[in-house]
Amino acid sequence: MTYDLVVIGAGPAGMSAAIKAAKAGAHVAIIDENPVSGGKLLGQLYHEPDSGWWVGRNIAREMIAKASSLGVAIFRKMEIWGIFPKWNIMLNNGERLTTEHVLIATGAAEKAIPVEGWTKPGVMAIGAAQTLTNFHRVKPGKKVVIIGVDPLSLSVAQELKMAGVEVAGIYPPPATEVSSDKSNPKQIIQGLSAMAHLAPNALLKAAGKAANHPTIKNIAAKCYPSFGVKVWGIPLHLRKTITAIEGEKQVEQVRITAIDGNGNQKNGRTKTMGVDCVCISGGLYPLSELAEAAGCDFVYIEELGGHVPLHSPELETTKDGIYVAGNITGIEGAKVAMAQGELAGTAISSRLGLLQKGSDAISEAQVKVQDARANAVITFQQHIESGREKLAQCWHTNVQTSSGKG
Amino acid sequence: MRITEHPVLGKLEKKPVTFSFNGKKYEAQAGESIAAALLANDIRILRYTEKHGTPRGIYCGIGHCYECRVMVNGERNFRACITPVKQDMQILSQHGEIL
Repeated sequence: MTYDLVVIGAGPAGMSAAIKAAKAGAHVAIIDENPVSGGKLLGQLYHEPDSGWWVGRNIAREMIAKASSLGVAIFRKMEIWGIFPKWNIMLNNGERLTTEHVLIATGAAEKAIPVEGWTKPGVMAIGAAQTLTNFHRVKPGKKVVIIGVDPLSLSVAQELKMAGVEVAGIYPPPATEVSSDKSNPKQIIQGLSAMAHLAPNALLKAAGKAANHPTIKNIAAKCYPSFGVKVWGIPLHLRKTITAIEGEKQVEQVRITAIDGNGNQKNGRTKTMGVDCVCISGGLYPLSELAEAAGCDFVYIEELGGHVPLHSPELETTKDGIYVAGNITGIEGAKVAMAQGELAGTAISSRLGLLQKGSDAISEAQVKVQDARANAVITFQQHIESGREKLAQCWHTNVQTSSGKG
Repeated sequence: MRITEHPVLGKLEKKPVTFSFNGKKYEAQAGESIAAALLANDIRILRYTEKHGTPRGIYCGIGHCYECRVMVNGERNFRACITPVKQDMQILSQHGEIL
């Protein structure tokens, strides 16, 4: 089957792009391995200062209806095992989709934090807990602790509590070679500043402000109470960590150890607490295997969340006709992903000759991405703007180098 | 473990289906994932590892980590987190060598 555009990933970015291109008249297919389209939108639930509750599953439902009404071919429960020039998309049922334009919108995956006992049933990624709670309407546990203090874990903690789950505490992970920043109270306080817009309570607001002042930051870490501080009634700990998850066959309890202002464990001071679920929040990284398989060039940009496909301001990669949008380009919220999807959908429609004023439409879509970024309620990466600038610089250098070669 | 009332999402509309896990019958919500259906019934252990036989449950929830593999209607390696449960589905926890 031949399409004008094949979109990989039916999350907020992919769906927006498919809708945009289909509206312009393109023949579009969208593929996802999940049984329900919407990606991570499905589990999202948070309160926005101006517009009230953001119920991701409702947004997803509207987008699915829109895409269907525009004639987008939606392939569910379908995996892609390869992309070959130029371009053949291979599905696991043996089908092959042929197209000149591919949008890879595969999103992100969560980094794990290997705390002792983390493979026991009852330990899960924070995103799994979010989807179970808000989409499937099943409690991840009766009594839950969260390891990892970041915007996502704090948001999900609130969602769990709303659903009637007892959240017994949020703790930084134990310091290891791979997660030392995430265990350092000073670094965590700085990280919390990214939640300043959310401003869930006075302490976080204060912590956010303190982050800009080195002396105050230091004092905040040192003076943080050993019993934690309650946020939405949930104990937020910065001076204790979970050193082990215990239980014969599944999670029964966690071992809690005191840490100093630098995240180092204090000798001998441990106690246990009975829980049936532990959620791990280790942060997100772009899910980019398919772009790699297609031969796209990559850059490593810490501020964007890791390795991302190098891409133009119109979201095209170094491989002709392959575009990217959403978290594969850097870790941000659903609204930015949607705006990026619209940009990719516009750029591809323009290239297909479906738009009368293509370059104007592209510029408009680019402004919308910037607006979405500036107005984001939750920021996942502290220095996302500088990450985006670095990437733009890399692209610029790349273009110069390749035109020099040509 | 089921969240029947929610302050924002409202009341859960019941769409019950029945399935079996390791030979025992349970109730699920139509369309939900196998992992969600089992957890709603307080079941967390989905499989036992091939090498050491240690229990595993749902971890990533997005089909990426493959920790939640179960046997469905006699076929191995369905990811419980992204496979919808269906009426009369027979699910077994997976264990033993792959060979």
